[in-house]
Amino acid sequence: MNDASLTSGIATARALDGGSGAADLDATHRTHVGMVCFLCSEAAFFGTLIVAYLTYLGASKSGPTPAEVLSLPLVIAGTAALVASSVTVHLAHAALRAGRAGTFRTWLAATIILGALFLVGTAVEWHELIFEHGLTISRNLFGTTYFTLVGFHGLHVTVGLLLLTLMFCLSLPGFVSQRHSDGFDVISWYWHFVDSVWIVVFAVVYVFGR
Amino acid sequence: MAVWESSAADISPPAVAHAPSWATTVDHKQIGILYIVTSLVFLAVGGLEALVIRAQLWKPDSHLVGPEVFNQMFTMHGTTMIFFVVMPMLFGFGNYLVPLMIGARDMAFPRLNAFSYWMFAFGGAVTYLSFLAGGAPDVGWFAYAPLTEYAFSRGTSTDYWILGILISGIGTLATAVNLVTTILTMRAPGMSLGKVPLFVWMMMFDGILLIFALPPVTAAIIMLLLDRSLGAHFFDTQAGGSAILWQHLFWFFGHPEVYVMALPAFGIISEVVPVFSRKVIFGYESVAAATVAIGVLSMGVWAHHMFTVGMSDALDAIFSGASFLIAVPTGIKMFNWIATIYGGKLVLASPMLFALGFLAMFLIGGLTGIMLAAVPIDWQVSDTYFVVGHFHYVLFGGSLFAIMAAFYYWFPKATGRMMDERLARWQFWLMLAGFNLTFFPMHIAGLLGMPRRIYTYSADRGWTIWNQLSTVGAAMLAVCFAVFFWNLFDSVRRGAPAGDDPWDAWTLEWATTSPPAPYNFEQIPLVRSRRPLWDLKHPEDPDWEHES
Repeated sequence: MNDASLTSGIATARALDGGSGAADLDATHRTHVGMVCFLCSEAAFFGTLIVAYLTYLGASKSGPTPAEVLSLPLVIAGTAALVASSVTVHLAHAALRAGRAGTFRTWLAATIILGALFLVGTAVEWHELIFEHGLTISRNLFGTTYFTLVGFHGLHVTVGLLLLTLMFCLSLPGFVSQRHSDGFDVISWYWHFVDSVWIVVFAVVYVFGR
Repeated sequence: MAVWESSAADISPPAVAHAPSWATTVDHKQIGILYIVTSLVFLAVGGLEALVIRAQLWKPDSHLVGPEVFNQMFTMHGTTMIFFVVMPMLFGFGNYLVPLMIGARDMAFPRLNAFSYWMFAFGGAVTYLSFLAGGAPDVGWFAYAPLTEYAFSRGTSTDYWILGILISGIGTLATAVNLVTTILTMRAPGMSLGKVPLFVWMMMFDGILLIFALPPVTAAIIMLLLDRSLGAHFFDTQAGGSAILWQHLFWFFGHPEVYVMALPAFGIISEVVPVFSRKVIFGYESVAAATVAIGVLSMGVWAHHMFTVGMSDALDAIFSGASFLIAVPTGIKMFNWIATIYGGKLVLASPMLFALGFLAMFLIGGLTGIMLAAVPIDWQVSDTYFVVGHFHYVLFGGSLFAIMAAFYYWFPKATGRMMDERLARWQFWLMLAGFNLTFFPMHIAGLLGMPRRIYTYSADRGWTIWNQLSTVGAAMLAVCFAVFFWNLFDSVRRGAPAGDDPWDAWTLEWATTSPPAPYNFEQIPLVRSRRPLWDLKHPEDPDWEHES
């Protein structure tokens, strides 16, 4: 390969073009696009689970039914915590962008606590369902679809909490600073996404499906 | 011009010298080659399984292999060819070529890329380990529930199928995300989306299709796994579950999957045909737009696999209509390729031969596809060998012919050596004859009523001669692939030096050395038209003066 002549050709082309028209985008942008693609696939995944849930709504041959066993007060409290965590993660993100590391840590910790509260709520609910009402994944179709849908959402919350906790631990010795705010974007997007999925799940399972 | 000359001296053996680095590589070119080599191994295995099927069907009342083994063979053949041969092979080419074609140094996420490959290899290995664990999957590549429920499919073979597909599916999704991100964010300066090579366009829509079509089947497979291992009831009809839901979810993935395997093939053809016709592709915009149309439409036709399960007439009609519509953008592409060939100065080198083979064979597959989209015909021939003949014309006559064109076209780039042209011609004619001899009689056997997946038949059905023709054709195909494998093996070692741009092509991958350096380009090129190398070679009449 005669690189010299290629390079000179490129140089000619560049000169003709005036050097403009660069389409290459930086690494931050890359992570953002990748995350959007990933979240689209996640939406398709949860969409399928929700379709399955709706398909089998009321199709169980035996009880218990959703109306008999789902307790609203607990899940409303959990939902409130999760929705609030979307606000706190946003505040954490804004603080990081503004370079206020202390504020960032505070809101991040609040987010983690709120997310953990949601999971605790789910655990209490599941304990009740399984040990008081005898609803398991193999009991009937409601149990099958309920535990699959809510379980996969809980798994996603858990993954999000691990990511947030990792960020928190890294921020303690000062490893997270203003210039990581673009990277923190994708984690907060993921968290917002998991919250939005929950709002749909809440509507389908506890409002519409009850 | 001096740019395009090259000497044999600087060709280094690509595979042998750096063996240890292959296990740890994150370079898109090495990962691409790993994909391709691994899927070639699976191609040999899947081919042998096909030969067992054809040998068993050679004569009526044959007992060469029992029904259990026969079921395992057609299940593993289908699973292997779709998940572990055609898709990863195309991803291999995509991995290798996309960054080179868009003037990037690597994929957007190189480590994720390596992860994808290893998940694919691991998923394939898991599926095949079932042979050591009491028997291979025997439920068909579509794994219809409730046949796959624990009540009807005891033992672990179906679990191996589920886990193998699940694992390789994760890798596939990661590749899809990686490809879309790479193409959207890493293009060379000046290369707008309207200037990328059509192969890149197709790979981008391939990725987008997978991002939306793969998760539903992943969810369905997880549901099946929960049914089998935790006693859930998704597809358990005794507890109110639905056998049809599996079909909906599976084909919601399964039909776009056909286009996942076809679009990169269209991309390959859209690169090969112009270069060997010495003309610009006819109607670049309409080829790209047709890709988008195919991608969108393919998501809405899945239930044409289910005309016989008893959906309503209205649904049948809707899905039938949508399936007919797909013929329009596909037809547009056919016209574009033919219009590119028309009046061109054809160079009938091996890549072009296989591309022409693709055009003819894929056309036949497309036409029988339109027949099957008509509900009354589908009711007659559903689950017969007519369908088997049809989809082999699409996937073998389509995707695999295009893959062969890709091998002969880009082998010089990856290795710095040419493949043997005489062996290529032998392979092409053996493949064309063997392919038609194998799969055309299947249409007739199907029309005579021969069902799919039966392991033997009685002599009075009149199917014997058609099956024997198919089996002879399959033997010819075996010889053809032996020639191909020998050609690959031999050309890597002793092929004639290729130089950087042996075909006098126009896209950026030919602007760098053969094989390219790890960083691809010493200087990221600046792009002003769809044929950047034409502009460099012909500064007196560059394309960008004619393109708007």
